[in-house]
Amino acid sequence: MTRPTTFGLRPDLAVIATHVKFGSRVLDIGCGEGELMEALQSQMGCDARGMEIDPEAVEKCVARGLSAVQGDANRDLADYPDHAFDYAVLSQTLQTAERPDLMLDELLRIGRKAFVSFPNFAHWRMRASLMWNGRMPVTRHLPVSWYETQNIHHVTVTDFVRLLADKGVRVEQSWFFSGERELGATGANWRAEYAVYLLSR
Amino acid sequence: MATLLASTSQSLLLPQPLALDSGQALDGVTIAYETYGELAGDKANAILVFHALTGDQHVASPHPITGKPGWWDRMVGPGKPIDTDRFHVICANVIGGCMGSTGPASPGPDGKPWGMRFPVITLRDMVRAQVALLDALGIARLHAVVGGSMGGMLALSLAANFPERAARVLAIATSWRHSAQNIAFHEVGRQAIMADPNWREGDYYGAGKGPDKGLAVARMAAHITYLSEAGLTDKFGRRLQDREAKSFGFDADFQVESYLRHQGIAFTDRFDANSYLYITRAMDYFDLAEEHGAKGKASLADAFAGATARFCLVSFDTDWLYPTAEARAVVHALNAAAAPVSFVELSAPHGHDSFLLEVPALDRVVSGFLG
Repeated sequence: MTRPTTFGLRPDLAVIATHVKFGSRVLDIGCGEGELMEALQSQMGCDARGMEIDPEAVEKCVARGLSAVQGDANRDLADYPDHAFDYAVLSQTLQTAERPDLMLDELLRIGRKAFVSFPNFAHWRMRASLMWNGRMPVTRHLPVSWYETQNIHHVTVTDFVRLLADKGVRVEQSWFFSGERELGATGANWRAEYAVYLLSR
Repeated sequence: MATLLASTSQSLLLPQPLALDSGQALDGVTIAYETYGELAGDKANAILVFHALTGDQHVASPHPITGKPGWWDRMVGPGKPIDTDRFHVICANVIGGCMGSTGPASPGPDGKPWGMRFPVITLRDMVRAQVALLDALGIARLHAVVGGSMGGMLALSLAANFPERAARVLAIATSWRHSAQNIAFHEVGRQAIMADPNWREGDYYGAGKGPDKGLAVARMAAHITYLSEAGLTDKFGRRLQDREAKSFGFDADFQVESYLRHQGIAFTDRFDANSYLYITRAMDYFDLAEEHGAKGKASLADAFAGATARFCLVSFDTDWLYPTAEARAVVHALNAAAAPVSFVELSAPHGHDSFLLEVPALDRVVSGFLG
């Protein structure tokens, strides 16, 4: 089943945009040039704020009339008060965090709920690449070589679920994708290129 | 030849005495201001620009004494980031200043210049005076208030004290309070002025000669704080001024010395030494958290508790006078107050003065934020 393109967003962002409560307060961590924030504001009546490390991307957000703060999620999330937002969003960024486990704590401190999406390093293409070539995989979803990738903490669906269990974090909902295609949960750790989770404490 | 931007020079005599933070009241306050661009029928397109310590109301029109272009000519004008084809831009000389608004050189109640009898004022007093100007102009809510350096502090002060008066607040290269280092540099400048025998306890107006040497030294010291070390090295290095070798004397051997001396002397042509004392004092007294927190429990977030505006803060990576950490503290407080805020640290080589100079990214942020 191919999900219809929603608000012109990447599939993981579209999931998020269609599952936030109308009119909620959202912090998008690693907001880039503000595609998700714009959709949340214009389509879902949200009060969306962003954090982004790249000053040029922040500049583009500001030029779009969005509220974005230049900052490093490893450090500057501490500036936000507890439960300041209904949702904290971390899309495709967890694997770049210095300490993904601590960042997860921060997400659920700042937001009552958190959306987290990440690439699944146990996808069969990855496994095959390691198994047959003995080399760190370079795939369509993770196209950067090991020495220049920003992904410093490779994580699998199973690893992530285990971390959630260790931390006592509740999974409200989860979605799995291969390219643009949404998959069922069965065999997700083999089949999914990336996953989206809605979490709460 | 470039066409000159049409501006209107005006001044307003405040109908009421201005209540000051010191507890005193200042009667007969005049505010000199310039406007650019048409005010819309609904008066909703006004942008108030606050100037910095030694700036003035001539933001985009030639300075009447030096003849130089306005201090933010590159930012304000038709088709520029603060677009006078769309916005009605107002810039007023701060009280305590020397370009037409009431200050220490203005006549006091006895008709003689105030001199040091002028009351010590605060940045909030300057803001109160300009809010009175907005009242007189019938502008209930500004499209935006904009300022850099001291102008940014005034913009933040307006947002904190008169939250309903501006829909957007853009504060550039600025801080929420003067640090010990900021105060220290200002004190050097003030002591230089007061050590000049021509200062005469501030009563130099009829004497034919003011404390120009002291004021020039104050400007030289301050000017260093506006530039980055790399910027100075880049511009001057250790290059000598019009000579082949060191003179083994105390002439301006180095280009940087010659440059600073020139900056100091040129400044005395256009600025009143007592105004410099009063305005630097006002900046040193500035602490938004102290103003708004409960006694002994100063919280910057309290200052913005009633904020209704969108905020944008901009810092520069080479600005060591008001470094990025100060802007971040404001962002932190605005987050705590749940105010919508944007923040970006821009990369520019010129230090604190970057906000006045060619930084294309700043232009994009300003025009984008103003909408």
